[in-house]
Amino acid sequence: MLSIVEIDLGTPKSTSSTMVSLDIDGRRIEVPEGTSVMRAAAQAGISIPKLCATEMLDAFGSCRLCLVEIEGRKGYPASCTTPVSEGMKVATQTPKLADIRRGVMELYISDHPLDCLTCPANGHCELQDMAGVVGLRDVRYGYEGANHVKPKQLDGTANPLFAAKDESNPYFTFDPSKCIACSRCVRACDEVQGTFALTIQGRGFESKVSASQNNRFLDSECVSCGACVQACPTATLSEKSLIDKGQAEHSVVTTCAYCGVGCSFRAEMKGQEIVRMVPNMDGHANHGHSCVKGRFAIGYATHPDRITTPMIRAKISDPWRVVSWEEAIGHVASEFKRLQATYGKHSIGGITSSRCTNEETYLVQKLVRAGFGNNNVDTCARVCHSPTGYGLKATLGESAGTQDFDSIRSTDVVLVIGANPTDAHPVFGSQMKQRLRAGARLIVVDPRRIDLVRTPHIKADYHLRLRPGTNVALLDTLAHVIVTEGLVDEEFVARRCEPEAFAKWRAFVSQEKYSPEAMESVTGVPADLVRGAARLYATGGNGAIYYGLGVTEHAQGSTSVMAIANLAMATGNIGREGVGVNPLRGQNNVQGSCDMGSFPHEFPGYRHVSDTTVRHSFEQAWGVPLLSEPGLRIPNMFEAALDGSFKGLYIEGEDIAQSDPDTQHVTAALTSMECIVVQDLFLNETAKFAHVFLPGSSFLEKDGTFTNAERRMSMVRKVMEPKGGYADWEITQLLAQAMGYPMNYTHASQILDEIAELTPTFHGVSFDKIEQLGSVQWPCNDEHPEGTPVMHVDEFVRGKGRFMLTEYVATTEKVSAEHPLILTTGRILSQYNVGAQTRRTANVMWHDEDRLEIHPHDAEERGIVDNDWVGIVSRAGETVLRAVVSERMQPGVVYTTFHFPGSGANVITTENSDWATNCPEYKVTAVQVTRVSQPSEWQKRYRAFTEAQEALLEQSAKPA
Amino acid sequence: MKRAVAGSSLPDIPESVRVVVLEVTGRLKDLPGALLPVLHGIQDALGYVPEVAVPLIAREMNLSRADVHGVISFYHYFRQQPAGKHVIHLCRAESCQAMGAVTLEKHVKQRLGVDFHETTQDGRYTLEPVYCLGNCACSPAMMVDGELKGRVTPERFDAWLAAEVS
Repeated sequence: MLSIVEIDLGTPKSTSSTMVSLDIDGRRIEVPEGTSVMRAAAQAGISIPKLCATEMLDAFGSCRLCLVEIEGRKGYPASCTTPVSEGMKVATQTPKLADIRRGVMELYISDHPLDCLTCPANGHCELQDMAGVVGLRDVRYGYEGANHVKPKQLDGTANPLFAAKDESNPYFTFDPSKCIACSRCVRACDEVQGTFALTIQGRGFESKVSASQNNRFLDSECVSCGACVQACPTATLSEKSLIDKGQAEHSVVTTCAYCGVGCSFRAEMKGQEIVRMVPNMDGHANHGHSCVKGRFAIGYATHPDRITTPMIRAKISDPWRVVSWEEAIGHVASEFKRLQATYGKHSIGGITSSRCTNEETYLVQKLVRAGFGNNNVDTCARVCHSPTGYGLKATLGESAGTQDFDSIRSTDVVLVIGANPTDAHPVFGSQMKQRLRAGARLIVVDPRRIDLVRTPHIKADYHLRLRPGTNVALLDTLAHVIVTEGLVDEEFVARRCEPEAFAKWRAFVSQEKYSPEAMESVTGVPADLVRGAARLYATGGNGAIYYGLGVTEHAQGSTSVMAIANLAMATGNIGREGVGVNPLRGQNNVQGSCDMGSFPHEFPGYRHVSDTTVRHSFEQAWGVPLLSEPGLRIPNMFEAALDGSFKGLYIEGEDIAQSDPDTQHVTAALTSMECIVVQDLFLNETAKFAHVFLPGSSFLEKDGTFTNAERRMSMVRKVMEPKGGYADWEITQLLAQAMGYPMNYTHASQILDEIAELTPTFHGVSFDKIEQLGSVQWPCNDEHPEGTPVMHVDEFVRGKGRFMLTEYVATTEKVSAEHPLILTTGRILSQYNVGAQTRRTANVMWHDEDRLEIHPHDAEERGIVDNDWVGIVSRAGETVLRAVVSERMQPGVVYTTFHFPGSGANVITTENSDWATNCPEYKVTAVQVTRVSQPSEWQKRYRAFTEAQEALLEQSAKPA
Repeated sequence: MKRAVAGSSLPDIPESVRVVVLEVTGRLKDLPGALLPVLHGIQDALGYVPEVAVPLIAREMNLSRADVHGVISFYHYFRQQPAGKHVIHLCRAESCQAMGAVTLEKHVKQRLGVDFHETTQDGRYTLEPVYCLGNCACSPAMMVDGELKGRVTPERFDAWLAAEVS
C-alpha cells in the first residue's frame, strides 16, 4: 500500500530538458520529453484510472485500465506506456473508454473477494478506488466458476487455484486470494530492490505471485525490504501492523535512525502510535525505498526493555535505585564536581553519540568543553570513520564524502573497497545495483566474496581478493599501474593539485616494489587482475570509489583513505557528477557527530582547538575560556582510567563495552572509574558498569537533524512523547545547568541556529531551510545557499589537492604457528551494530546469533563442520561461536559479526589501532580456531555478570 | 532472506543432475537469451527440469531462483516431474479439432487410462495436450517423443500403439 499522503503519478519522472506540449481533455500541458501520457495528465491534476502503474516502477501496460483515445491514432493505447509527443490530443474520458474500463474492472472483481469492509486495505485500496472510479455496478460473471478466492469448489473438493495466506515473514502477510496479478511486487523486487526474489509463476488464469520457487517468503531470497508491500495496490501484501491497527490518520516525515544512508520516512501514525513506516518518495537519499531495518525493525522503540526512569547506585554491585530526574541530575553534578575537585579538571569527560541528533551531539561537546572545562570529548566515529576525517582533510581539505548518492547514476566504473553495501547500506546498495544493471562496470576489493561480487544480474568485472591488512599495498599497486602505464589525467593534476606533492607521489608509487607483480606475494592478488582493474578505473569513464570500514579499521586506515584520494585525483575522478570518493558511513549520524565537534581536538566544522580565532569565537559565544590543547580520545580515556587519573564519564547513546575492541581492557577501565553515567534506551553492556542511568529518547521522541553519509541534513521529528520524559538534548541541558553552566534552549532549532552562527559550513542551515528544501547537503552558506551535492568542483576545499605518500607498513598483527588465521569482522543486513535495537525486533528471525564463517579447507583441517562450536583464540582473549563453513571466505581468513554481546567478538580483537587516529584494527586479528564443547571462560564470566546485573535491575523495579 | 548461517552453498542434488546442468549451462550460458536453450538442453538430457536443479541453474546463469522458476512454470512444455518413457503430445488447436481431435482425445485417454498430464501405470506413456503442432494440413496431429504424426484417427492410434507394444 502506498503512503496515505503521497500522490502517485503513475510512471517515473523524465529527466529530459526538452519540453513537449500536448492537449489532454482540452487542456494545454507542457512536460519533459519522455513523460508518459499518464504522468503528464496526473501532473495537470487529471487522473487516469490505473492499477499496474506506480511511479516507483517502469510502465508495464498490463492492467488495461489506463487506456485513452488519442486523436489520429487507432485503438485505445495504454497511457502509461505511451510517451507524450508534440501536439498530441488525448481524451481520457469518453463513453467508449468508460465502457472498456468497466468491462475490465468487472473481470478483476469476478475473481476478487468482496470482503472490503473487513479488509486491511479498506480505505486505501487502489482496486476499491478504481471500482468506484469506473462505476462498477454489477459483475455478470458470478463467483461460482474458476477462481482464486475460495478454498473449496462448489462440489466441496479443494480449489486447485486457491493458495492459503503466507504469514511466514514476521512483518507482512501475503494473501494470494486478493492478488490481481499486476506484477507490481515482482517489478519492485527486481527494479527497485534488485533481489529478484519474486516471479509470476505459471501463465494465464493460473498466474500466481511466487517467492523464489513457490516458497514461503521466509524461505525465499526475499530480504524483507518491503518494496513489494509498498507497491501492492490491494491487501495481498500488507504490513502485519496495518492489519492489527487499521489505517493511519496522519503522517509525519522523519529520518531513519539506522545506517548512514539516512532514508527519509513517513511515519504513519494513529495518535502517538506508529501504524507503519513508509519510505518517502521525496526523500533525496532513498527515493521511496527502504530496507528491513528502517521500515520494519522499529519495535525496539516501544520495547518493554526500555528503561524510562533515572536510576542511580553507589557501586556496580549494588541494586539500582529508581530516583527522580532532579535527584539523578543532582547526583551526577555533585559526583562530577567531586571528581574534578579531587582528581583535577581533566578527570572527567563525555562521549557523544552517532545515533543522537546533531543538536544533541553539539550540546554534549559544548557541555564538556564549556561545562567540564576540558576537551575530553570523543565519539564512536573514533572506532569507525576517524581515518576518513583525517585522510580526506589532508588530501582534499574536507572530512567528508565528495558526492551525493544520486551521483552514481552517472558513474561508469564503480570501485568498492572494504564495504558491503548490500548488507550494511542496503538502500544505497540497491541504487548501486540499479546502475550496475544498467551497464556500469564493477571492481570489488574485499577479502570476502561479498554479494556484489556475484548476485543475480550483477557480476563484478574484477574481484581483488586481497589478504586482510594489505589495503595500502593494493592501493599502491593500483596507483603504480596508473602512473607507469601513463593513465594519469595530467591535465587535471596540473590544474588542480600541488605539483611538488604530485611529483613526489609519482616517483614514490613508480618504485618497482609497488608493481603488482612485486606485491603479489603480499596482497595475494594476481598481478594481471590488479593491472586490469587499474586500467578499468582509470580509463572506463566516470570512476567512483565507495569504501567502508574495511578501509578505515586498520593500523593503516588513514593511509588507505589518503591512497584512495590519491587515486581519485590522479585519474581526475573528482569534482563532478558520477565520480568522487565516497565513504559509506556506518551509523545514521556519524557524519553529523563528527561535524559537530565531537573529537577532542576539533570544534564543530573540523577546526582545531589550537586555532586562536576559532577558539575565541566559541569563547565569546559560550562565555567561558576554552582550552587550546586537545583532550583525551576514547582509548586514552581507558588508559587514563586504568592509571587512576580519569574517573567520570558521561556517555550518550553508545555502548563502548560491546563495540570497542579488546573488551576485557575496556571493562577493566570502566570498573576503575567512580562515576559512569549512561544515557541510553536500554540497560546496555556499558550500563552494567554504570553508576547512573539516564533514560534517553528514541528518534521518534524528539526533534532534530541527522546528517547522512552524503553530508545531507534531514529532519528528525517527534511523533510521540519521550518515554523517559525528556529528549536527550534536554537531559544534557539539565546536567549543564546543574554543573553550573547555563544552557537555556527551549527548542532544538535554537541549537542548530547556534551551530549555524558559529560554523561557516553551516551558516545557511536552519530548521526552516531544511523544512523548505526537504534536506540540505552541507556546506550550506552564502556561497551555496541551497547546499552542495558535489564538492571540490572548481577547486579543492584546501585549494590545491595534495597527494600524500602512502608507504605500506605491514601490521604488527601477524599470523603465527599459534595464531595461524586472520579474523575479520563485519555486519549483516538484518542486524545493526551492537544490536541493541535490532535484537529487540523480529529481525532475529534472520540472524539470532553471531557465527564464525570459515573456509572449507580450514574447517576440514580442524575437523569442523557446520554448527560445530568453535573456540576462537587471539592474543587478547578467547570466545566460542558456532561455525558456518563458507566458500565466501578465502583460506586463512575467518569472519564474524558483533551484533550479540555474548558472542564476545571484541574479546578477541586487539588494542592495535590506526597510527593517526587510533581507529581500532578490527579487521585484522590473528587467531586460532578449534572445535570445543563449552563456552569460553570470558563467556561464562559474562553470563554470570549479566545475570547478576539483570537481578540488580529487577530489584530496582520493585517498589522500595 | 539469505540467512547468515546458510552461507552461499547450494543444496545437495543428485550427481547425475549436477553433471547435466553444469554441462548444458557451460555450453550455452553465454548465448543471448540463454535460459530457454539451457532449459531445453536439460530437459532433453534428463526428460524434465528437476526442481532441485533450479538453484544450480540460477547460480550458473547468474539469475535468481525466481527468474528460472518463472520461466519453467510459464512454458507448459517444460516438465517439473519425470515423464513416462514416451511422451505423447495431442494437438487440440482449431484445425485438429475441426478434423476430429476431440474424439481422438477421448479415445486416447480411454485407451491409455490416463488424463492429460498423467502417466500410464506401467510408466510407458505420458499424455500432454499441445496447442498447434503446425501440422494443420494433416490434422489431427500427434507428436511422440518429438516425432510428428499426421491424420491420426482412433484406429491409426491403436495400430501405432499395438506396433509399439509388440
